[in-house]
Amino acid sequence: MKIDPNARYSKEHEWVRKDGENYLYGITDHAQDQLSDIVFIEFPEPGESFASGDIIGVVESVKAAADLYMPISGEITEVNEHLADTPEILNSDPFGEGWIVMFKSSDPSEFESLISAEDYEKLTGEE
Amino acid sequence: MSNDLKRTELYQWHVDNGGRMVPFAGWEMPVQYPTGPVKEHEITRQAAGLFDIDHMGQISVRGPEAEQFVNWIVTYDVSKMNLYDAHYALFCYADGGVIDDLFVYRLPDPENADRHYFFLAINAANRSKDVAWVTAHAKEFDVSVKDISDETYMIAFQGPNAPEIMDRLTTVDLTQMARFSAVQDLILDDVPILLGRTGYTGEDGFELFFPAEHAVEVWKAILEEGKEEGVAPIGLAARDSLRFEPCMPLYGHELSPTISPVEARLTFAVSFDKDFIGRDALLKQKLEKPGRVLVGFELVERGLAREEYPVLHHGEEIGVVTTGMYSPTTSGYLGMALVPREFSKIGTDIEIQIRNKPVKAKIVKRPFYVPAYRR
Repeated sequence: MKIDPNARYSKEHEWVRKDGENYLYGITDHAQDQLSDIVFIEFPEPGESFASGDIIGVVESVKAAADLYMPISGEITEVNEHLADTPEILNSDPFGEGWIVMFKSSDPSEFESLISAEDYEKLTGEE
Repeated sequence: MSNDLKRTELYQWHVDNGGRMVPFAGWEMPVQYPTGPVKEHEITRQAAGLFDIDHMGQISVRGPEAEQFVNWIVTYDVSKMNLYDAHYALFCYADGGVIDDLFVYRLPDPENADRHYFFLAINAANRSKDVAWVTAHAKEFDVSVKDISDETYMIAFQGPNAPEIMDRLTTVDLTQMARFSAVQDLILDDVPILLGRTGYTGEDGFELFFPAEHAVEVWKAILEEGKEEGVAPIGLAARDSLRFEPCMPLYGHELSPTISPVEARLTFAVSFDKDFIGRDALLKQKLEKPGRVLVGFELVERGLAREEYPVLHHGEEIGVVTTGMYSPTTSGYLGMALVPREFSKIGTDIEIQIRNKPVKAKIVKRPFYVPAYRR
């Protein structure tokens, strides 16, 4: 299972990575593997604000639907529209081309409170 | 995973080959292999796929009154079937509700050369219910009914290359074999096998029945024989999308005790010119036209419909989705639903309620994928 050492993680198997002033967000390699072939994604709208734990969208695989949770509070600045027509990128490149949304957050301490790459690796190893 | 789940003879093969095992109808079955369900779907449409479907059940009906008896309990007129014919049919309750759907085979009785017997292939989830129903009704006929599911192994081999590959393993010439017919043969020197040119994927191919102790050997032999053509094992997820595209009903979704074959538009499998359990109710429904029918729909706006999502018309709930998914062959987001007949016309605008949000859809022609053998 691949891990991005530069990202931080949630227990719901989502990753967040700093990208300049903003943050990029996606699902982990572990999550895409568990879901299997992803065939649909429902995005939030740019400009929408969410609190940590809010549902911001849904990822649907052949057999299951998984909610996407906002791991830290923030405002959506961009969604990866490219995934609408090619959701399979979430399977092939979850940490790269498969980023789902970009958002800005006013409280950097929330990002620091997320799970480190090292701890996330341990967490998925135990499952 | 629960210890109550049954395992097929191929369980260890599936695990060793990366099969992701899930509970299904009381069995632990592979939902997919590392190939993944979308690719497995494509392999079956373009080359051929091999399916372990031994969870399915089989019943044999023998005796002097076998034909009369089977004709009384199934919807299709089996007296029209010739020796070695196979036909789709249903078991119905007197009110027309469906107990199960099945394939009926008419075969020579090995114990009595002058007689035919009937071989019924039934769904896994309904096995005990079906056996009890058939056995209970058999009392008034001179027949013997036997649940032969345990000793009979069942696999499906489906796809455009399946006949040619299978033909290399059999002694009989399969290329001349008609759709919905069966042959009996020996393969791998001494394994007796029943091949039905049937299946539930919309592709040409076979359903194979043989003694359970040869499961691994036969499975491996077919994979090996079809290696160059790209034959792969296929899991339940792709099996579902493969049957969905040609709009083949799945029990518990498009068929149930409260959904009749008339509503599910399966009258090709119902012979009204003979008597059978459920005939009167079904005939009445057919003549009066059913209040609701099964339709196909396509989402017009972005969304993915799933089973049990409400179907709306101008915001008012009118029906329910029976199966919904992404269709790999058409790249569409499609579904089947039960709706009142007045909304069943092709082109009718409907909405599917997806997570409290109505998403625009329209009724489209069924099937979404015309079976290869009908083209």
